[in-house]
Amino acid sequence: MSIRERLSGNEAIATAMRQIEPDVFAMFPITPSTEIPQYYASYVADGKVDTEFVCMESEHSALSACLGAEAAGCRAVTATSSAGLSYMNEILYVAGSMRLPVVIAVSCRALTGPININHDYSDSMAERDSGFIQLYGENNQEVYDNYLMAHRVAEHPDVRLPLMVCEDGFITSHAIENIELEEDAAVKAFVGTYEPEHYLLNVNEPLAAGPYGISAYYMEARVAQAEAMKRAKQVILDVSADFEKTFGRSYGLFESYMMDDAEVAMVIMGSSAGTAKACVDGLRSRGIKAGLIKVRVFRPFPGEEIAEALKNCRAVAVMDKSEGFSSCGGPLFAETASACINLDKRPKMIDVVFGLGGRDFTVKAADSVYSRLLDIASGGDIGPVYSHLGQREG
Amino acid sequence: MVKKASEINERIPWRDMTTGCEIYEPGTSRLTKTGEWRSRTPKWIKDKCKQCVLCAPFCPDSAIPVCDGKREDFDFDHCKGCGICIKACPFNAIEWEDQ
Repeated sequence: MSIRERLSGNEAIATAMRQIEPDVFAMFPITPSTEIPQYYASYVADGKVDTEFVCMESEHSALSACLGAEAAGCRAVTATSSAGLSYMNEILYVAGSMRLPVVIAVSCRALTGPININHDYSDSMAERDSGFIQLYGENNQEVYDNYLMAHRVAEHPDVRLPLMVCEDGFITSHAIENIELEEDAAVKAFVGTYEPEHYLLNVNEPLAAGPYGISAYYMEARVAQAEAMKRAKQVILDVSADFEKTFGRSYGLFESYMMDDAEVAMVIMGSSAGTAKACVDGLRSRGIKAGLIKVRVFRPFPGEEIAEALKNCRAVAVMDKSEGFSSCGGPLFAETASACINLDKRPKMIDVVFGLGGRDFTVKAADSVYSRLLDIASGGDIGPVYSHLGQREG
Repeated sequence: MVKKASEINERIPWRDMTTGCEIYEPGTSRLTKTGEWRSRTPKWIKDKCKQCVLCAPFCPDSAIPVCDGKREDFDFDHCKGCGICIKACPFNAIEWEDQ
């Protein structure tokens, strides 16, 4: 039986962690993810979990401790945001190449500068090439559910890759919403125990982990890692199918909202998708064929599937909540556009960078994007392919 | 997938590599001749050596084998020619070969 509760995204993640009860939680606090280890520390103090809770001196060290624990054969977790994730950068790549399925909860927050504690995806997008699987949730429920699936995906023998569960800083991490939690025993049964085939503490099999890989081996190692990332897509679908069977909530690689006959569509991520769906509902009530794709899995990027979903649209706006300074579009646009490049008939596509550093995104703002798309769809000029939304223009 | 370190070499395809390049046995540095990195080579002058064996623990690569309390000649499969043993020897019983 699901339990009706009302929790913030951070408390939902901490609750999922308590239910899973990892062997090691190595932490260093940073806004807005600090509450996750804070809640978890209280579970440890109250004797609710038997986790080794380690307060480290930095995020670099926190993730390093997680890697040591994972290599030793433990399930290890941490949580971070913004500069904390950036400070983990070196070790993120090590986690990927050592194929250690550590799970990081990321309360996504803008990177400096100017220094800012609010939400955008500049932290997680900066790590999109680190070898982590990245799952994004629209609200606390999705973030909780993604977390329940995270370890099974990451630890699957076909995958063995680290994973980030991303939530929108403050918007999701701190806003308290209704949520359906699952019972502790049901979560434990769904997630299962971590039984790695090889681990450092196995006295019967001495193990060297993370050896030097000269140019004669590096390329082979990277290809193997890239293949594992490709396989992760099917594993995510399989675990999501089992999740639906077990708990009743359905997840794919992305959510298609009103896409069946959509002529114009947005590709968007996270909490902003909720706002944009309200806009789509309004457009649909006026007979306008608008749709939306909400990307749940950014790594591995479901390129073929998104191209298939977009191929019949006339105009598409990709909504980037991080500025990549490429001068021709953000990371979500780059992925989406390249996914569609080999379609015989493909939609006109624009990139809209919005919501940086916590700038509000409203139904009205979404409506202005759809208006532009409708103009492009009816033969109007495409205008700037890469533009910003929500800044003061004077 | 290859399981033995001795089967990992520069000709095996990527599919045969172990996950994360893990090595599932100990002592595999014997298989890797890192001594070929060496640009200078130390020389052991046996006559001057008092067998104090101070050089052996200073060697960062365990390239000075000690048998029954006595050092033997260098393991040049692994000596990288750092010269630390030359500094460590109190009896000038080690010097550069090219000196």
